[in-house]
Amino acid sequence: MDINEIKIVSGTDKNGNSESVEELTIRKGDILVLAGPTGSGKSLLLSDIEQLANGDSPSGRRVLVDNKVMDPFSMRITACLSQNMHFVMDLDVGSFIGLHAKSRKIETNNTVEKVLKQANDLAGEPLSADMHLASLSGGQSRALMISDAALISNAPVVLIDEIENAGINKTMGIQLLSTEGKMVLIATHDPTLMLTAQKRIIMKNGAMFRLIQSDDVERKHLKYFLEIDRVLEGFRHSLRHGNRLDEETLKRLVELEGANHEQ
Amino acid sequence: MRLITVSGPPSSGKTAVICRVIEALRQQAVKVGVVKFDCLSTEDDERYKSMGVLVRKGLSGALCPDHFFVSNIEACFHWGLDEGIDILISESAGLCNRCSPHIKDVMSVCVIDNLSGQNTPKKIGPMLKSADIVVITKGDIVSQAEREVFSFRVKNVNPRSTTMHVNGLTGQGAEELARLFAESSDVGGLGERQLRFAMPTALCSYCLGEKRIGEEYQKGNIRKMDI
Repeated sequence: MDINEIKIVSGTDKNGNSESVEELTIRKGDILVLAGPTGSGKSLLLSDIEQLANGDSPSGRRVLVDNKVMDPFSMRITACLSQNMHFVMDLDVGSFIGLHAKSRKIETNNTVEKVLKQANDLAGEPLSADMHLASLSGGQSRALMISDAALISNAPVVLIDEIENAGINKTMGIQLLSTEGKMVLIATHDPTLMLTAQKRIIMKNGAMFRLIQSDDVERKHLKYFLEIDRVLEGFRHSLRHGNRLDEETLKRLVELEGANHEQ
Repeated sequence: MRLITVSGPPSSGKTAVICRVIEALRQQAVKVGVVKFDCLSTEDDERYKSMGVLVRKGLSGALCPDHFFVSNIEACFHWGLDEGIDILISESAGLCNRCSPHIKDVMSVCVIDNLSGQNTPKKIGPMLKSADIVVITKGDIVSQAEREVFSFRVKNVNPRSTTMHVNGLTGQGAEELARLFAESSDVGGLGERQLRFAMPTALCSYCLGEKRIGEEYQKGNIRKMDI
């Protein structure tokens, strides 16, 4: 399915007032971040796009695909990673992947193996085809959801809702999902992810409140955010594996802070 | 008057979906009435009343609920006509899974939810198999992949149905369903019409109140397992 752009024609906020951002166009290759407090309407905007809302959702928004109204059931243009941390279906992992591929008419060999391998590269703990879908841990579930969305739901529009909550490698997950030429929307609370996109929409009270174009000064922040992330990731890993913090680790942090002050 | 039969397993979201559809229909000034069928108890009629919807309630009690439905639906239809209702919706739970309230040439809907298990579309039989529209609910709780696998399962059981997703909480999808309701054909009357699927046959001693277990108490239409 080849799509060049998606246009979101605005609706209303939770109180019925018009949205301040009147129209939003997402083009091929765009990465757009949705930011805003919990309950500000990020997930609803994603679901409007997923279901190609036509004035029939609580927001009253309309989503046009290449300037046309589309029936969401006749075509599948989105791959979504929602906030769900667990599967509920009573199936083993292998059958589930197989069935999903079948429902998308993917007939290629070893789809199950490919999806599993990718999921295993993402997850901290291994998962296999004979495991029960509903009993996977949060990290395993999320890794499988990402791998499945990338390889089976492979679609021109990718919707990602709070990937940072998954306990998996978020950067790798985003890379896997947002391959070249896709339109990617990422709802997030994570400052690093917010700055990886050129544009971000700020949501407020259910509405698209402000569209911000990222600039060079913001980009310069990104370098430090990544460094802080890396340091925290190191501590996370260490603490999770039973290590204690000591004078040595504290010293490293203090040095790091000093270095940042000098710059 | 149009008549729509809505069925589906307990707690699948029938009432929530119908309420959302009614909200959408009201914007077009369509007068809607509901007949709620249940077995032992229901408070859903209160929910409809609080929305200002005309409602009748039928509890089957000790009777087979679908037999109860078919013996009362015609009178309900006349009630709807007397009240000047444009669209009458009958809502009944799936009950024993063997039955279906769907009537030939009367629009029929089955409501089923994403959480009900991937074998449920097969299990619930004629009420899904013979429905014109299958509404899948609770899509916000599961992953996209699960939604797709589930609707694939539904399509396998009933390939000719229109399958759609409605969110009973937000109302997403309800407008489309309301449009289908409004476009259904006018049902002149129910006399001489037929059910799409025969009711279960049961005429045995237990139907008549027998409680004791044992060969000598089993009379009438009895079937034995091959063990």
